[in-house]
Amino acid sequence: MTKTGFVVANLFRKKTRTILTILSVIMAFPLFGLLQSLNSIFSSGADFIGATRLITQARVSFTTALPLSVVPKLESVPGVARVAYSQWFGGVWQENTQVFTFAVDPTRYHDVYPEWVMPEEQWKAFANTRTAMIAGKLVADKYGWKVGQKIPLSSNIYPQKNGSKSWAFDLVGIYDGSDESWKKQTNAVFINHDYFDEANQFGKGRANFFIVKLGTGADAAAVSKTIDAMFENSPDETKTQTEKDFNLSFVKQIGDIGLIVRWILFAVFFTLLLVVGNTMAQSVRERVPELAVLKTLGFSDGSVLGFVLSEAIALCLVGGVIGLALATLLGAMVEKGTGGQFQLNVNGLIWAIGIAAILIMSMAVGLLPALRARRLKIVDALAGR
Amino acid sequence: MLSQTIAVTGINVKSIPERWAPSLVIVIGLAGVVAVFTALLAMATGFESTLKATGRTDVAVVMRGGSQTELNSGLDRDSSDLIKQAKGVRVGANGKPVASAEMMIIAELLRTGSTKDASNITVRGVDPEAFVMRPQLKIVEGHNFTPGLRELIVGRGVTRQFSGAALGNVVRMRGSDWTVVGIFESGDANESELWTDINVARSTFGRTGSSSVRVMLDGPDGLEKVKASLTGDPRLTVDVVPEQEYFSSQTKQFRQTIGVLAGVVTIIMALGAVFAALNSMYAAVATRGKEIATLRAIGFGGLPVLASVMIEALLLALAGGLLGAIIAYVLFNNLSVSTLGQNFTQVVFNFKVTPALVARGLIISVVIGMIGGLLPAIRAARLPVTTGLREL
Repeated sequence: MTKTGFVVANLFRKKTRTILTILSVIMAFPLFGLLQSLNSIFSSGADFIGATRLITQARVSFTTALPLSVVPKLESVPGVARVAYSQWFGGVWQENTQVFTFAVDPTRYHDVYPEWVMPEEQWKAFANTRTAMIAGKLVADKYGWKVGQKIPLSSNIYPQKNGSKSWAFDLVGIYDGSDESWKKQTNAVFINHDYFDEANQFGKGRANFFIVKLGTGADAAAVSKTIDAMFENSPDETKTQTEKDFNLSFVKQIGDIGLIVRWILFAVFFTLLLVVGNTMAQSVRERVPELAVLKTLGFSDGSVLGFVLSEAIALCLVGGVIGLALATLLGAMVEKGTGGQFQLNVNGLIWAIGIAAILIMSMAVGLLPALRARRLKIVDALAGR
Repeated sequence: MLSQTIAVTGINVKSIPERWAPSLVIVIGLAGVVAVFTALLAMATGFESTLKATGRTDVAVVMRGGSQTELNSGLDRDSSDLIKQAKGVRVGANGKPVASAEMMIIAELLRTGSTKDASNITVRGVDPEAFVMRPQLKIVEGHNFTPGLRELIVGRGVTRQFSGAALGNVVRMRGSDWTVVGIFESGDANESELWTDINVARSTFGRTGSSSVRVMLDGPDGLEKVKASLTGDPRLTVDVVPEQEYFSSQTKQFRQTIGVLAGVVTIIMALGAVFAALNSMYAAVATRGKEIATLRAIGFGGLPVLASVMIEALLLALAGGLLGAIIAYVLFNNLSVSTLGQNFTQVVFNFKVTPALVARGLIISVVIGMIGGLLPAIRAARLPVTTGLREL
C-alpha cells in the first residue's frame, strides 16, 4: 500500500466522522468566499492608474446639479478628450418599480461609453428623436420591452410642464455590453436630455454627473486636480474622481457593513477551527496503539507525523475547495438576482486567499496531533500509558 | 422510567468535564451561530426603532405627489404657504399655524477615521416651528443657530460617526462657509442631520421653495381635514402622510435586506454547527459504548438512554446559545453605526439586542441541539448490548 493510499484508507475508516467533518468545513467556505468578496468591495480603493474616465460632480453632493455651462470648461482642460453628462430622472415603471433612468446627450454619451453596443442606426434614432429612449438589454428583457414601443414611465421627481409626473418615451434601441462584465450592467435606461430639460417644469440646463473621457496618455490625477481647482470658491465647486471610485462610493455608503463582516468571518473561522481541530485530535487519540505499531514496523517519527498532517490537509482541502466552489456559484447567483448591481465576484484572488486559509487551517488543526504522534514512545503507547 | 432517565442523564452530565473538548465544540459552534444571528437582527431592530421613534402621530409630512421621499419632493414658495394654511393644521399660541417648511440638501462628510470615503448627510433647513414639532430635540452643547446667519446645529449621531462637523468646525457648501454652533440630541433619526435656517439655505442653494412641509395636526381628525383641504385645492398636487407612517415605510427595505442576509448566513452556519454537533455526539456515544451497554445489561431501558443523550445535547446547545447571546450583547448592544437611508443619506442608529431576539437565538440553538443529538441518541439506544460489552 502506498503512503497516499494509507492516508485515504485511514480517512475512510470512520466514514461518518470524516464526512461530517468535511461537511462542516464545506459549510464554512461559502461564507468565507462571499464575505471575503464583500469585504474586498468595501476595502478596495481604486487609484488613478489605468483610469480612462473621471466623473465630475458638485462637491457638496451629486444630488445638487451643476449647470451645463461647465462642459466647455471641462473640455478645455488639457488631457480631456470628450465630456458627457447625465441627470437622474427618478424613473418609475408601473406601480412602484424603480428603473435607473438617466437623461443624457446621446451623441456625447455614445462617444464616452464605447462599451455600450447598439446598431449605429439606433444611436442615430436616439440622437434625432426628441422623445427617444434606449434601454439596456437586461431591463428590456425584464419588462418585455420591444423596439418601436411607446413606454410609459413616470418620474418620482420631475413633473412635466402640465404638472403630470407620467411621461412616455419611444423605445428606439436596446443596447448591450461589449464584454461579459459590461453585459451584466445593462440595467439602465437613457432618455434625451434636451427633451427632458425642455419638457420638465424646472428645466434649467443642469446635470448631476459629468463623465470626462481622458485622452491617451493623460495623467488622470493631474486632470482631476486641475478640474477641481478651476471651480474652487465658486458656487459650483466640483469633486472629480475616477469612474471606479465613483461607483464604489455608492456601495460604500451602505456603511459599517465591513466591520460586521469581519466579525462574522471571525466567528465562523474560530468555530470551524475548533470543530476540525477536535476531530483531528480525537482521531489521533484513538489510534495511539496503531501509530506505535507503525513505528515498531520501522516507520520513522517523521513519516508518522506526515501521515497525521496529510489527513488534516486532505480533510480541509476537500471541504474547502468544495466550499469555495459553492461560494463562486452563490456569488454568481446573487449577481444575477440583483441584475448585476451587487457584484459578488468570487475571483482568482479570493480563491488564492481561500486556498491559503485552507492550508493555514490544516496546519493549525493538524500540527498539534501530528507532533503528538511523532513524540510517541513505542513502549508507552503499546502499553496504553 | 423517569428515574432511569434522570440517573443516566446525571451520569452523562457529570462526565462532561472528562470529555470537555468535544463538548466545547458544540457549545462554541452554537455560540457562533447565535452570536451572528443575534447581532445581524439587532442591527435591523436598532434601525427600525430609531426610525419609529422619529415619527409622531400628530404630525403629517406634505410632499409633492408621487415623491415618496423628501429628497425627490419639491414645493414652490406659494405651495408651501398654501399648505401651512390648510384646514386641520393646529394654530399655535402666536396665532400662526404650527407648520414648518423644510428643505433637504445633501452634503458630504468623511466617515471618522477615513480620508476618502465621503458619505451623504442630510442638511435640513427649517422654520422655527420645526422645534415645536420635535420637542425631544435638545441642544446639549453650544447654542441654536441664529436665523439669517450661516450657522448649523449638528446631531449627536453625526458627530459620533463623521468628522468635520464638531462644535466650532466650519463646513463648506457651495463655496460658502457654515459654522457649527451647537450639538443636539434627540434619540432618533433627527440626530443624523445638520440643521439650519431655511431662509439662509434657500439663498445659498438658489432655491425658493422647500422639499416638504411638516404640519401639526389639530386633533384626531386633523389628518382627514388636511387631506381634504389640500387635495381639493386645484393649485396643489401633494401627498399627505402621517409622519410615523413616513418613517416606518422607510424601514421595510432595510429590514428585508438584513432579514435575507441574516437568514442565509444563519442557515449556512447552522448547518455547519449541526454537522459539528452530530460529530461530537457520535463521538460521545462511541466512547461511552461500554458504559451504555453495561447500563442496558443491568436493566436500564433504551428510551432513558436515548433521552439522556438528547438532554445532554440540548444542555450543551443551550449553554452555547446563551454564550452566543452574551457575546452579541457585550460586543454589539448600543454599538453606533450608520447606513444609507431612503433619502439617500446616512441614518445613524444603535444596535439593539432585545430579549425577543435573545429568545429567538436560544430557540435556534435548541433546535440545532435537537437535530445534532437525535441520530447519535438513536444509535446509542439501539446499540446491541453484546456488541457494546465485547468492546471491553
